[in-house]
Amino acid sequence: MRALGIILAGGNSKRMKELSHKRAISAMPIAGSYRSIDFTLSNMTNSHIQKVAVITQYNSRSLHEHLNSSKWWDFGRKQGGLYTFTPTVTPENSNWYRGTADSIYQNILFLKRSHEPYVVIANGDCVYKMDYNKVLEYHIAKKADITVVVKDMPVDTADSEIERFGTVKMNEDYRIEEFEEKPMVVKSKTVSCGIYVIRRRQLIELLEKCAEEGRYDFVQDILIRYKDVKRIYGYKLGSYWRNIASVEDYFGTNMDFLKPEIRNYFFKQYPEVYSKVDDLPPAKYNPGAHVKNSLISSGCIVNGTVEDSILFKQVFVGNNCYIKNSIILNDVYLGDNTHIENCIVESRDTIRANSYHVGENGIKIVVEKNERYVL
Amino acid sequence: MRKLPIELCIIRGDKMIKKEMIAMLLAGGQGSRLGVLTSKMAKPAVSFGGKYRIIDFPLSNCINSGIDTVGVLTQYQPLKLNTHIGIGIPWDLDRNIGGVTVLPPYEKSGNSEWYTGTANAIFQNLEYMENYNPDYVLILSGDHIYKMDYEVMLDFHKESGAEVTIASMPVPMEEASRFGIVIADEKKKIIDFEEKPENPRSNLASMGIYIFSWKTLKEALLAMADQPALDFGKHVIPYCHAKGAPMYTYEFNGYWKDVGTLSSYWEANMELIDIVPEFNLYEEYWKIYTKSDILPPQYIASNSVVERSIIGEGSEIYGQVFNSVIGCGVVIGEGTVVRNSIIMNQTQIGRNCIIEKAIVDEYVQIGDCVELGTMEEKENDTKPNIYNHGLVTIGEKSVVPSHVKIGKNSVVSGETDSNDYPGGILDSGKTLIKVGE
Repeated sequence: MRALGIILAGGNSKRMKELSHKRAISAMPIAGSYRSIDFTLSNMTNSHIQKVAVITQYNSRSLHEHLNSSKWWDFGRKQGGLYTFTPTVTPENSNWYRGTADSIYQNILFLKRSHEPYVVIANGDCVYKMDYNKVLEYHIAKKADITVVVKDMPVDTADSEIERFGTVKMNEDYRIEEFEEKPMVVKSKTVSCGIYVIRRRQLIELLEKCAEEGRYDFVQDILIRYKDVKRIYGYKLGSYWRNIASVEDYFGTNMDFLKPEIRNYFFKQYPEVYSKVDDLPPAKYNPGAHVKNSLISSGCIVNGTVEDSILFKQVFVGNNCYIKNSIILNDVYLGDNTHIENCIVESRDTIRANSYHVGENGIKIVVEKNERYVL
Repeated sequence: MRKLPIELCIIRGDKMIKKEMIAMLLAGGQGSRLGVLTSKMAKPAVSFGGKYRIIDFPLSNCINSGIDTVGVLTQYQPLKLNTHIGIGIPWDLDRNIGGVTVLPPYEKSGNSEWYTGTANAIFQNLEYMENYNPDYVLILSGDHIYKMDYEVMLDFHKESGAEVTIASMPVPMEEASRFGIVIADEKKKIIDFEEKPENPRSNLASMGIYIFSWKTLKEALLAMADQPALDFGKHVIPYCHAKGAPMYTYEFNGYWKDVGTLSSYWEANMELIDIVPEFNLYEEYWKIYTKSDILPPQYIASNSVVERSIIGEGSEIYGQVFNSVIGCGVVIGEGTVVRNSIIMNQTQIGRNCIIEKAIVDEYVQIGDCVELGTMEEKENDTKPNIYNHGLVTIGEKSVVPSHVKIGKNSVVSGETDSNDYPGGILDSGKTLIKVGE
């Protein structure tokens, strides 16, 4: 194999509000049956990358639980495998990961002991399908030092949306001339997707130089700092790509899956997206169930009304409930006569009967943390 | 889930492999009373309850009971079964020592033969069992729906001092004449047997589940080796009984359903729909495992109605579904009404159809404006003992063209086109089989 994979899954965002109390963004449940990291992991395995390291730091329990076996993504082979790297204390170093570059540098032995010539670095909080081999071919054809996957955001995207990304400007040969991280003034609607291809030896060299100088960030201290010295190219991604960094993004990305073309693209077209299999029974619809335009996952039991919503796994909807335009995460119990509208209900919660939750201005996150009594 | 008891997986100091109890699962039978459903696959491979296959129940029972060595004996149409079982990953039966092993009949230097009977199949695999040096052997069949802790049965076997234990369950006295009946004393020691007796002396029906002490089983199989079509019920059990081996019956009182006929298969599926079904798949304890490769959630469209049904992963419902069991990856088109039916994995149903009390196998394609089971009932003209109770049966990978009506007690299998339906109608009780059976 020509490349190994590194997935940066340590990140957190304040804009995820209460949803990030429980888990890293990479472990956010998506589209009923998946976690956001599944998309990148599946892309890696479908691109025949066999050796993948997942770098975690923030609140990684949920993510580690999800990655407890590598077999779902068909890693765990004799050649290659799935590695998870959390910060560890060594005689030389007892720091947390101080940045993206530092997180890879602290695991530089993984790079040094591998023999694959290239490295694909990606993040675990984007929903997309991609064949990294195409980027790799492009990288070689352009004789690039680093290739950055970029996406043209729609022209009508608000500047406030773009401000949270890194923006790039490329010349006609797609070489990146300007790269700005989280710009104050938006000058370009082309954003970096956080997916990079680089030669392994080049990466080791750059990381070691960074570390010597006490620099820790991949974007600031490698991409932006070296953009005039190294040949950094942009590869345009034309297909669906969404980054989950805020509650609104998260809600919107999930709701996208109610559109037939998005479902068709992710669920029915080759290649597949893989995830952990939970051995749950089929969903059950009892008398009184009224379900319209919704995604229902396995293990759910529905007794009430569900409209324009997504029920994740093992959700119980009580009699006479009304759920509209909402996301109910895994293993939630909704008592009878509950009204939920424009909400995200946090996983494993128990909502008592006759509760009323409506997101008035935007999406409301419902966290009740009630005890559940199981007979 | 319970931890594996240590004594079930001891490796002795002398490196000899030792398993306290191993299971032998008989999965070679055709199950011909399931008609076209088993024309291409053995009965244990038939879908059940939306996403499962019948064999998932005994296999899950094994691993939940702490039995990690299972030999699956196959003979009839094993392809689907083999791909389903694989190396046993879904049931955690991929083990370094033991695990699941598929055991088809094989050629021998002397006398080669097919499996001619249930006990003959076990006899031909004596070597497999010897490898694990078991104390007890559990004999199972792959055609029942139930949850049972075989370890409790083993405890009973040990406590009672039995050499053979037969699991049995009480049935209503008036139905007892349909079963093999065991007659036992108050300590559950078996006194006598009756096969489908006219005037039953007891209501304990044998479930076809046996625990043998290894020495007794081996001795009996070797002694009876020359018996043609060697069968447990007909030969081995009577032989052990005549020899005076202590035999007991373990009374089981949970849910146990034979799905041997189309009507009982249909009923057992329908029972899963009850609000609190007698056989509950939604309990955390005693999970049923299966090989599932479809992950996405199901989509229920804006104009659809779904009530009193269970639906598998990845299905898309645009029509109306009542009282039905729908498998994985099924598409039901707009305007279609499905009632009291079983639709298995990956079947596509077009628009504006009416499906009443039908069993539609996997990978079937049904066109638009098709009506199943709407006409007056008539007896099936070729196999009334199989196709009855007003059910419509559509075989695996069949194609049904648009604008046709298919009556009750009828069966369709193969790629049919409009020429096969004179006047757009296949009358009740008719058989239209282009391939299979």
